[in-house]
Amino acid sequence: MAAWRRHAACEVAPGRPVVRLQEATLGHGGRTIWEGLNLAVSPGEFLAVLGPNGAGKTSLLKVLLGLFPLTAGTVEVHGQPPHRGRGCVGYVPQQRAFDPDLPIRGRDLVEFGLDGHRFGLPIMTAGKRRRIDGALRSVRATGYADAPVGRLSGGEQQRLRIAQALLTNPALLLCDEPLSSLDLSHQREVSSLIDERRRQAGTAVIFVTHEINPVLPYVDRVLYLVAGRWAVGTPQAIMTTGRLSDLYGTPVEVVEVGGRIVVVSAEEIAGEPLEQGHHIGSPAEREQVGG
Amino acid sequence: MGLGFFLEQAFAQHALIAGTLVALTCGLIGPFVVVRGMAFAVHGTAELAFTGAAGGLLVADNPVAGALVGALAVAGIISVLGRRERERDSVIGVILAFGLGMGVFLLSFYRGFATAATNILFGDIFGVSRGQLGLLLAIGLLVVVVMLTLYRPLLFASVDPEVAEARGVHVGALGTVFLLVLAFTVTEAAQVVGTLLVLSLAITPAAAAQRLSANPVTVGALSIVFALVAADGGLLASLAHGSIKPSVFVTAISFAIYVLARLAGPRLKATS
Repeated sequence: MAAWRRHAACEVAPGRPVVRLQEATLGHGGRTIWEGLNLAVSPGEFLAVLGPNGAGKTSLLKVLLGLFPLTAGTVEVHGQPPHRGRGCVGYVPQQRAFDPDLPIRGRDLVEFGLDGHRFGLPIMTAGKRRRIDGALRSVRATGYADAPVGRLSGGEQQRLRIAQALLTNPALLLCDEPLSSLDLSHQREVSSLIDERRRQAGTAVIFVTHEINPVLPYVDRVLYLVAGRWAVGTPQAIMTTGRLSDLYGTPVEVVEVGGRIVVVSAEEIAGEPLEQGHHIGSPAEREQVGG
Repeated sequence: MGLGFFLEQAFAQHALIAGTLVALTCGLIGPFVVVRGMAFAVHGTAELAFTGAAGGLLVADNPVAGALVGALAVAGIISVLGRRERERDSVIGVILAFGLGMGVFLLSFYRGFATAATNILFGDIFGVSRGQLGLLLAIGLLVVVVMLTLYRPLLFASVDPEVAEARGVHVGALGTVFLLVLAFTVTEAAQVVGTLLVLSLAITPAAAAQRLSANPVTVGALSIVFALVAADGGLLASLAHGSIKPSVFVTAISFAIYVLARLAGPRLKATS
């Protein structure tokens, strides 16, 4: 861990959690998104956040980034209430299409992670270049660092995103569906890269996802959010027919197929199994469950 | 009378100072206009600057101040009504059409020089008075200072708004500030090339630069250089050929640079 220098303000005191939520409630427009959430995430822990659309998975990340205030309860990141723009938190978003002509190279995207939020001109120094080159090497992206981002594959872009997020060596890495729209082999590459780094640098990872299977080998605990309710525990404890039926308030079947976990609604077992872990019932039913 | 004679005249010197300033500001904002997909917003702002200039001419005999008011008004409207990209373009279209109509209406009351309308539409850089030059200098300096300060976070917010927001960049506020900067720049550029041809300095140089490099710093520098060549080159060419308006040369040079960049681009630009 000594190899990864961390800014003193981002250092987590030994034995203290990186993230702590106590009786945390988040509401939006008069509606409660989740309620009474208690959660502590330790350094180096990999927490997957699952649940249907609208269950407040992304909102949880926004709370941790200091972009959304809680309605009730407390939240701490590195022992302090989160506030906008602290470099101690890395953020990896969903892959998105860049214009192929966008005048931004891979290394420019990574550079934003260092000082993109600071006023002034993007002036390159030898020290900056060293750090960026190091970050590019650590995700094995040196080969395409000078190509325009809009011409890179989704997997290549997400590697750059990880380099960007980890450039300041944050103690906490927030990922918002970083694997969606990637093919299976890229999903594996990107998730193993995140796992590798959190083991080397003790980075806590909070990983919002629709699909637990690509990260299942790495996940320490799961936070499952459904319609204001939540459950937290190891995947073995949470991803069970009993726990999820309880949480959804409707019969749900959790089945293991070839090492993959699949969640299906009991009524639909006769039909095709729903591909993604969170899908429950028809779209109409899902909305009821999620809302 | 050769070029050398004209360069000793105050009107030509004023024009060159104004042209250089305009090129600098346009070259600076151009890459952001292209990256943010705001070419139509620039055009809409310029059309409303025309309406403002017509009003300014009528009320106070000051088209520059009027153009500035018009441009700022449209920046305000776009920032309030056009938050989403798709909505933004239709809002601009609606305002643009109405604004142009208003401009023609206002000009029909104007009893001054008949060339006033053409000058607003196609530029009148040689007619810039000392007082107007002062105003243009002030606006240009303001734009340069704001852009140099905001350059990095604005680029971050334009390219990657989601992550920029997560890193604490005030993406929405920056967007509004950029619209205001755009309004000031358009007002400046309208003095050189006229409100109808603002795009030739605010978009074309940046679009050409983007063809040649994927490095944002290089693109920014090239965009400024191309704008300077087009603006000052156009002014000098017009001085040498007295009967043709500078905007003709400015747009022609700017277009030629773009065509050359498109032809040379694929060989120069790094591709994966």
